[in-house]
Amino acid sequence: MDYNTLLQILDSTLRLATPLMLACIAGLYSERAGVFDIGLEGKMLAAAMCAGAVAGITGSVWLGLLAGVGGSLIFAAIHGVTSITFRGNQLIAGVALNFLASGMTVLVAQALFGQGGRTPALTDGGRFQPVTLPFADSAAAVPVIGPFYAEVISGHSLPVYAAFAVVGITWWVLYRTRFGLRLRAVGENPAAVDTAGVSVTGLRFAAVAITGVLCGLAGAYMATALQAGFGKEMTAGRGYIALAALIFAKWRPVAAMWACLLFGFFQALALRPDVVEAVVQVKVPVPFLTALPYVLTVFVLAGFVGKAIPPRAGGQPYVKER
Amino acid sequence: MDRLPRWADVALVPLVSLFLAFVISALVILAIGQDPWEAITVMVQGSVMNAYGWGYTLYYATSFMFTGLAVCVAFHASMFNIGGEGQAQLGGLGVALACLFVPWPHWSLALIGAGLSAAAFGALWAAIPAWMQAKRGSHIVITTIMFNYIAASLLQYLLVNQLKPTGQADPASATFPEVTNLPALNDIPLINLVFTKAVPANITLFIALGMAVLVWVLLWHTRLGYQIRAFGKSEAGARYAGINPTFIIMVVMLISGGLAGLMAINNVMGEAERLLGNSASGAGFIGIAVALMGRNHPLGVVLAALLFGFLFQGGAELGLWTKIPIEMRIVVQGLVILFTGALDMMVRMLLVRIFALFRPRRMEAA
Repeated sequence: MDYNTLLQILDSTLRLATPLMLACIAGLYSERAGVFDIGLEGKMLAAAMCAGAVAGITGSVWLGLLAGVGGSLIFAAIHGVTSITFRGNQLIAGVALNFLASGMTVLVAQALFGQGGRTPALTDGGRFQPVTLPFADSAAAVPVIGPFYAEVISGHSLPVYAAFAVVGITWWVLYRTRFGLRLRAVGENPAAVDTAGVSVTGLRFAAVAITGVLCGLAGAYMATALQAGFGKEMTAGRGYIALAALIFAKWRPVAAMWACLLFGFFQALALRPDVVEAVVQVKVPVPFLTALPYVLTVFVLAGFVGKAIPPRAGGQPYVKER
Repeated sequence: MDRLPRWADVALVPLVSLFLAFVISALVILAIGQDPWEAITVMVQGSVMNAYGWGYTLYYATSFMFTGLAVCVAFHASMFNIGGEGQAQLGGLGVALACLFVPWPHWSLALIGAGLSAAAFGALWAAIPAWMQAKRGSHIVITTIMFNYIAASLLQYLLVNQLKPTGQADPASATFPEVTNLPALNDIPLINLVFTKAVPANITLFIALGMAVLVWVLLWHTRLGYQIRAFGKSEAGARYAGINPTFIIMVVMLISGGLAGLMAINNVMGEAERLLGNSASGAGFIGIAVALMGRNHPLGVVLAALLFGFLFQGGAELGLWTKIPIEMRIVVQGLVILFTGALDMMVRMLLVRIFALFRPRRMEAA
């Protein structure tokens, strides 16, 4: 494999890791606050459809983004009311929301556009355009580092850079602010937070809302940047890969970024079986590459690569009085 | 909070949940500009108003009974087996291997052999997550989700690279030999008086009903069933009573995976007669809805499976005859899971309020 092929693969790694990263950090907020969320997939899908539809109708990617976040927030609200207010089973609620999103997106897209559950293909204004970072063209001449800067770092759409910013901000919020401390506490020991006079319900709803916003970004990116419009089941299990990455990263933001980059790398490799074959000298079946993130997660879960301990109060509704 | 009378808890809560799910489904149909009444008429016409429709409804219901029972058994031990889909796909692999590579003399022997093979493959696929839950403390929900995806990849690989006959384009195994074909309901004497046309529902239906009885006996009339339920109620209590948690988790998940895998004799052996990609086609997930709707009781599971068989067949009819997309049935499925599984507390609170309205009057009378 030559240097250029490597750069191409790293370039698609960044593009493919972005929705994973956004969804993974989304899940991090919810789960750190003690609300398990296996409905990331559904929220992303809903956001992708809303973003694709609104961007298609208005021709504005920003309105599309807003609609995507809105659609995802509706699902987050249902998840919050179900699992916080009515103390329902969080896992079952997540499963239900995934099905709801899977069906509703097709229904709505079909009712709006009548194109077999897709939204119309987006043109220029309806999509996020690649951003060329400063000096990218002139730096390309510099050996080794130059092409890396021009090909891999520069030339992505805005949400890709936003995803990395989100990771940094999340680290800061989680470990350096009062809100972050309380958020982590409410996922470990809600009774202590309650005793300190902070509302457990309020914190958890805030966390679930942040999850909604970030899943909205992830879904909108899928429909308006990675691809040009929404297609049936377009998230294709990314919500679950993000969940896998979250566990792989042991619920820590920076580690989550690396996990998502790794899983994004696998997805990029799965698109280029010819390269994989050239490197390992053996024909590797594509399904093997597709399954790799899941297999790795299983190994992590089994405790072979360090132990993944979830937030202690995760999955349990908080009852104030008995 | 006041408690509900037992009959309300057993029957009224699921019925009210179902009613709410249907009301919202009707609103969804209205919102996309279609007629809910037309929808329900088409669904009823195409699934339960004639023998041919019943043939499909019962076929789907058979699959859902297996996956519903699988989820139900695991639920009793407080295990949420979300991996029925992957286990059913592996079960399909078991059926395919048994049917393709063993020269069976008669379909009945093939049924036993393929059934055992399907159950074994399904159980094997559940065994690894079970072991990880029991020994390494990794959450069964996450691992079984992962195993669904791994199963999908594994089958894709096996179908494309190993089982596909040379020269065939679509990723599927060879067609099974004719001797392994199961009798459909229209082939069975007496029953064929009702089912005159060829239907996909087959003899597996009776195996599914038998399994429901077996699960009921297991859970409420055996020592093991008692241990499973005790473990599900309180792990600490069960441990104190000398019940081995590892043993219970393993056994429950093996039974659960085996039941999910057994589903494959209905769809792979009984209907498709070859192994296709995505053979379970969502039945593993519908099992969750069926178990929740059926209140984790085998009888409830059978009834809920019939309901979902009706929804599935009716949904297909919707896709054929109306402008409502076939995906409507996934929406209904999601709503039923949401209301019966996650919002039952809300329904219960609602009913407690309503019951409280009637209570003071009774006290005056006394």
